Amino acid sequence: MPYSGPDIMEQKTPTKSGLEKVIEIKNLYKSFGVFDVLKGVDLDLYRGENLVVLGKSGTGKSVLIKIIVGLLTADEGEVIVLGKHLEQITYKELLDLRLKIGFSFQNSALYDSMTVGENLKFPLIRNQRKLGKAEVKKAIEEMLDAVGLLNTIDQMPSELSGGQRKRIGIARTLILQPEIMLYDEPTAGLDPITCLEINSLINEVQERFHTSSIVITHDLTCAKAVGNRVAMLLDGKFESVGTFDEVFITSDNRVKPFYEYNFIQ
Amino acid sequence: MENIAEKTNVQVKEIKAPGRLTRMFLELYEVYKFIGRFFKEAFFPPYEGKELVRQCYDIGYRSLLLISTTGFITGMVFTKQSRPSLAEFGATSWLPSLVAIALLRTLAPLLTALIAAGKVGSSIGAELGSMRVTEQIDAMEVSATNPFKFLVTTRVLASTITIPILTFYTAMIGMLGALLNVYLSEGTSATAFFQSSLESITFLDVTASTVKAIIFGFTIGIVGCYQGYNSSKGTEGVGKAANASVVIGMFLIFIEEVVSVQFFALFRT
Repeated sequence: MPYSGPDIMEQKTPTKSGLEKVIEIKNLYKSFGVFDVLKGVDLDLYRGENLVVLGKSGTGKSVLIKIIVGLLTADEGEVIVLGKHLEQITYKELLDLRLKIGFSFQNSALYDSMTVGENLKFPLIRNQRKLGKAEVKKAIEEMLDAVGLLNTIDQMPSELSGGQRKRIGIARTLILQPEIMLYDEPTAGLDPITCLEINSLINEVQERFHTSSIVITHDLTCAKAVGNRVAMLLDGKFESVGTFDEVFITSDNRVKPFYEYNFIQ
Repeated sequence: MENIAEKTNVQVKEIKAPGRLTRMFLELYEVYKFIGRFFKEAFFPPYEGKELVRQCYDIGYRSLLLISTTGFITGMVFTKQSRPSLAEFGATSWLPSLVAIALLRTLAPLLTALIAAGKVGSSIGAELGSMRVTEQIDAMEVSATNPFKFLVTTRVLASTITIPILTFYTAMIGMLGALLNVYLSEGTSATAFFQSSLESITFLDVTASTVKAIIFGFTIGIVGCYQGYNSSKGTEGVGKAANASVVIGMFLIFIEEVVSVQFFALFRT
C-alpha cells in the first residue's frame, strides 16, 4: 500500500463515532526500582479514534501500552480495557483480551526463524484451531495483500527493509482482527517516504478494520497525520490532551521544543 | 543515576537493594517456578508436536558429526591408554569388557552431555536470549499464544529425548573406535570383541546410563531455556545467557554424575 495522498500535513479531527470508551486508565502509577515513571496517569481511548501519545524518551510511553496489553503490571491505579479490569482478570481472560488487542512493536519483533507467511500463520493457527489449511492460506494472503506485501510471503524477515518489516508486523497483528491497535514508535528509524506510507497504513487500518488505536511516537508529522487526538506525557502525567493544535498552540516550554524541532521553526 | 533522572524527568527514590543471599533464594524460587511451569505445560494440551520434532532434529541430528568424532576418538584412545596397565597382568583380553563398561557407565553419558551442554545449551541460551531482547517472546505473548510452550517445553523435551539416544550412539561409536584399536594391535575379530564386551554389560548398566542421560538432557534443556528466556540487557544479556547456559549446565552435570554414581552403587553390591 504505497503512500499516494498529497495532504501529508492535514490534521485529523476527533472522531464522531460516539463516546464509548474502549480503554480507561485511572490514576496509574508505575515505577522500576528507584525510578518513578508513571505518576498518576489518566487517559481514555474512545471507539474508532486514533490517539497519539507524545513525550520525551524514557517518560514511560511504551510502558503505558505494555501495561494495557498485560506485558507489565501497574503498581497502582485502574486499567479497564473493553470493560475488563486488568488488575482483576485471570490469565485466561487476559489471553482472550489480547486477542482483541493488536500490538505493533518498535522493532517489529518478527520471528526471525520463520518466513513472513509463517509469521502470520503462527498466531492464526494457535488462536483459530478450527481453520482449515486453505482458509489459513487465504487469510494470510489477504492480509499480506492488504499491506501490499504479498510477494514477500516466502521471504525471511532478514531479507526485508525496515518499512516492510513494520508493515508485516502490523499485518501479523491484524490477522487476528483486533478491536484495538497499539503502535509503538511506528515510524522510528524510517526514511520520510516510508514514514508517510506507514502513516497512510495506520489511517487505512483505522478505516478498513474499524480499530481504535494508541500511537506512541516522537514524530509530529505522524502525530498530525494519524491522530484524532494527541496526548502529551510530561513528568509522568498527561498534562495536555486534545487536537494537535490544542496541544501545540501553547507557551509551555516543555511542549514547544517538540514542535520547533519537528517543524524547524 | 541523578543525570538519567534529570534527563527523563523520572523521580528517584531510595530503595534498599536485596542482599546476595536473598537474591540467591529469589533466583532459586524463580528456577523452581520455571521447572514447575515446564511440567504443567508439557503434560497439558495443546501440544507443539511439529516444533518438538524440529527441535529433536536440530539437537540430535545436527550433533551427530561432533558426537561421532569425539566418541570414536575417545574409544580408541581409552583402549590404547588402558592396554599397558592390563598387559602388566597379562589381561589384555579384558580390554573389550573394560572399554564397554567404562563407555556405558560413565564415558558415553558424560561425554555426550558435556558436548551437548556446549553445543546445544549455548545455542538454546543464545537463541531464546536473542528472542527475548528483540521482543519476539513479547510478540508471542501479546498475540495470545503461549511462548513458553512453543519455545521452552519443546526444547527441554527434545533435549531430554535426544540426549539418551545420543548417549547410546556415542557408546556404540566409541566401541567401534576401541574395536579398531584392538584389531590393529591384537588382531581380535569384531565378533569376538563384541561378544566379550556385551557379556560384561548388565541390565543395571543400561538402566543407570539411560536414567543419567535423561537427567543430563533435562538439565541441559532447562538451564539453556531458563537463562535465555529470562535474559535481559540487550546483546550483553544474550552473551551472558549463552555463557551461563554452558557453565551452569556443565557444573550441574558433574554434580549429577557424582550423585548418580553413588546412588547406583547402592544396587551393585
